[in-house]
Amino acid sequence: MNTAVTLAAGADQDGFRLAVRRLLAADIAPDAVVWGTPDAGDLFGGSLAGDAPPVMLPRALAAMITPVVCHRDPERYALLYRLIWRMRHGEPELLANPADALVRRLEMMRKAIRRDLHKMHAFVRFRETIGPDGTARYIAWFEPDHYIVEATAGFFVERFRSMIWAILTPVGSLFWDTERLAIGGPGTKDHLPADDAFEAGWCSYYESIFNPARLNTVAMRSEMAGKYWHNLPEARLIPALVRGAPERLRDMVAREATTPIHRDPALAVAAMAKQNPKTLADLNRIIAAAPSLVPGATRAVLGEGPIGAAIMLVGEQPGDAEDNAGRPFVGPAGQMLDRALAEAGIDRTTTYLTNAVKHFKYQQRGKRRLHASPTTSEVKHYRWWLMQELGFVQPKLVVALGATALLALTGQPLPLLRNRGPISFDGQAGFVTTHPAYLLRLPDPATQQTAYTAFVADLQHARSLASAC
Amino acid sequence: MDEALDTKLRILADAAKYDASCASSGGKKRAAGKNGIGSTTGSGICHSYTPDGRCISLLKILLTNYCLFDCAYCINRRSSNTKRARFTVAEVVSLTIGFYKRNYIEGLFLSSGIIRSPDYTMEQMMLVAKTLRNEHGFAGYIHLKTIPEANPWLIEQAGLFADRLSINLELPLQKSLEDLAPEKNTATIKTAMGQMRERIIEAKEERRHFAPAGQSTQLIIGADTATDDVVLTTSASLYKNYALKRVYYSAFSPIPEASRFLPAKSPPLQREHRLYQADWLLRYYGFTVPEITEGGDASMLDLDIDPKLAWALKHRALFPVDVNTAPREMLLRVPGLGTRAVDKILAARRHMRLRLDDIARLTSGLKRLRPFLITLDHRPTRLIDRADLRQSLIAPPVQPSLFD
Ligand code: SF4
Repeated sequence: MNTAVTLAAGADQDGFRLAVRRLLAADIAPDAVVWGTPDAGDLFGGSLAGDAPPVMLPRALAAMITPVVCHRDPERYALLYRLIWRMRHGEPELLANPADALVRRLEMMRKAIRRDLHKMHAFVRFRETIGPDGTARYIAWFEPDHYIVEATAGFFVERFRSMIWAILTPVGSLFWDTERLAIGGPGTKDHLPADDAFEAGWCSYYESIFNPARLNTVAMRSEMAGKYWHNLPEARLIPALVRGAPERLRDMVAREATTPIHRDPALAVAAMAKQNPKTLADLNRIIAAAPSLVPGATRAVLGEGPIGAAIMLVGEQPGDAEDNAGRPFVGPAGQMLDRALAEAGIDRTTTYLTNAVKHFKYQQRGKRRLHASPTTSEVKHYRWWLMQELGFVQPKLVVALGATALLALTGQPLPLLRNRGPISFDGQAGFVTTHPAYLLRLPDPATQQTAYTAFVADLQHARSLASAC
Repeated sequence: MDEALDTKLRILADAAKYDASCASSGGKKRAAGKNGIGSTTGSGICHSYTPDGRCISLLKILLTNYCLFDCAYCINRRSSNTKRARFTVAEVVSLTIGFYKRNYIEGLFLSSGIIRSPDYTMEQMMLVAKTLRNEHGFAGYIHLKTIPEANPWLIEQAGLFADRLSINLELPLQKSLEDLAPEKNTATIKTAMGQMRERIIEAKEERRHFAPAGQSTQLIIGADTATDDVVLTTSASLYKNYALKRVYYSAFSPIPEASRFLPAKSPPLQREHRLYQADWLLRYYGFTVPEITEGGDASMLDLDIDPKLAWALKHRALFPVDVNTAPREMLLRVPGLGTRAVDKILAARRHMRLRLDDIARLTSGLKRLRPFLITLDHRPTRLIDRADLRQSLIAPPVQPSLFD
């Protein structure tokens, strides 16, 4: 005797999986099963009930079942069960053979579902209406080919999470209130608002973006079949656009070519020359107005000191104190630098101080803002500004404090210690030493003292180089 | 939407329609936060198709079509008498969000004529992207057409907000660019491309956001004398040296207000089609430019047959190929077999020896395949030597010219 399985209308994912468990537990072969839905009338045959042990299905098989269950084909359940049966009876690799007739048919069904899902994602059109509480609601009417409405919910929720919307279809509806999804029965087109504030604009756009010189309705129809047109506001325009195309093209070509007015690029060239900042103040205005390229930063910390200074010091980036004060080298490392400069006989007020990165990059840890090192590409983002700055200041000697400054001045990540001492940055006399913050981080006072002495010696060396050139 | 805005939209969409690069693909999946809007799927969605068969995925508009420059192939050039308009930053933002909420688009593709200066223009475009991201929590797709003459720091900023940046090279020959676009400069364009490439790669390594969907460019076909060989060699070097995601080919289309310097004729759509096919062979089928152009004549591709078939017909000695034993690289060279079909054949081969019927199930192009394939039950020894093979395989033209 045959076994009858009755499933709910539409895509009954749970019902099908339960039935499979029961059938496999009872060891019933596919030929002995009759599949039906409640509206299909009485099925002849015995039925199954009760619990059945779970069945482990390979992942690839599950990935076939879920979409195919959404298909409109009444044979879908029978085909799937046949596949499951064969895979458990001697053909475990069946799905991996795309040339098998059953696999191919199911593959085509899966493809049809994928396409239907894709088209629904693409062709749903919302209309806006204002609800009784004054908030905007978005309502759409769509007619999918298969039972895919639930399967599309994730896409629309993710995309339109902060909107209140409903998608109505003849086979079920989705409602989203910005927090919960509700799934309802078939909807009707009557609930679709009559018009929408942007629909006319969308149609204008559609009309204008079409190039009559490239008319190709075959390509259009293969992707946007006629069956979708009545729910697409822009599709109303198609017949007129197609009819008018040859005429518009002839017109374009026939119109006599205009004589160019005056092909003198002077205006454009002048505009391009004008755009580079002309002074340090101009450059600083650009930097101050630009958004930070690193996360964090309340403001840009600009360079400080006289144009034409003998020495230009380049640090890494502003820290917490600098970000608050808006001035470079005023925090703990700045104080250490001040002391070292004094000991080396360099007057801070006649020196130009700046940073490779102009914004404070940090991570928030509770109330504290922890310094985070800029990455190579972030340093390079800021490099253009630094090079412009260098061009305006024109120091005798530029001193890189630490590896970040060295990277910014050369454009390449180079080892600090091996380059310590005099260097040439593309013809500009330079000097490489450590960053004062490095001294602060050294654990024991003895090493700190040695490093500090070396730092001061470096600064003295730099001073002598600057006065020599 | 009021009438003034509608008029602007018409002008600035019309002016943008000659740019072919509209895809919203590439990059990672992403979704907006609780109060934001939008998502990207990674592969892009076409929300509509115009009667030219082109996909509408993004709101493709210009910020303005006023332009200081004078590129002969462009309808917006300074010396054209076209109608002009200019959007404000707020208008573009409102159109993008309004269209997006109705599910018309995947995002924005913003380009612009150059007003005041390249810097000023680039900054305005960057502001649109920044406002969408920061003030509206917009997580949809943003493609900005970068202006290579703008200062590098502006391009750096644009990359923070955009998914894709592109710079149009437009004409592969430096000489043509000099003649037709006097203000443009191949070296400037390539420097900007190089800079973007470096940033994109570094940002990826550092897991930061910088144009995660990469960069692309467009070449105009048929506005100058560049041969297909020149075009494809340019593309191959762009893919290699600048790690471009896509090179788009745009058949030069007659434009209203055309310049005297350019051909007023139907756009060479078939040539554009063949170049796209050749581009695929370069990127996914292991072909080199010389191999591809060999199939044609005088440095031009054969317009009647696709470039892979053209190559195969000139190398008949390598065929037929045994579908049950040939390596992947050779199967990829069989006319009519795409990468997907080849992968299916390789999978099926592990389970069975393939017959012609099996192949028919795995691909749709059996008629074209027959002369080139050996299966268990099919061995086309004589077909391949037929002199009229080429003739018998010519497909009817994709689209008859409107001038015929
Ligand atoms: S710069 Fe751009 S918009 Fe201006 S004329 Fe040239 S191609 Fe056209």
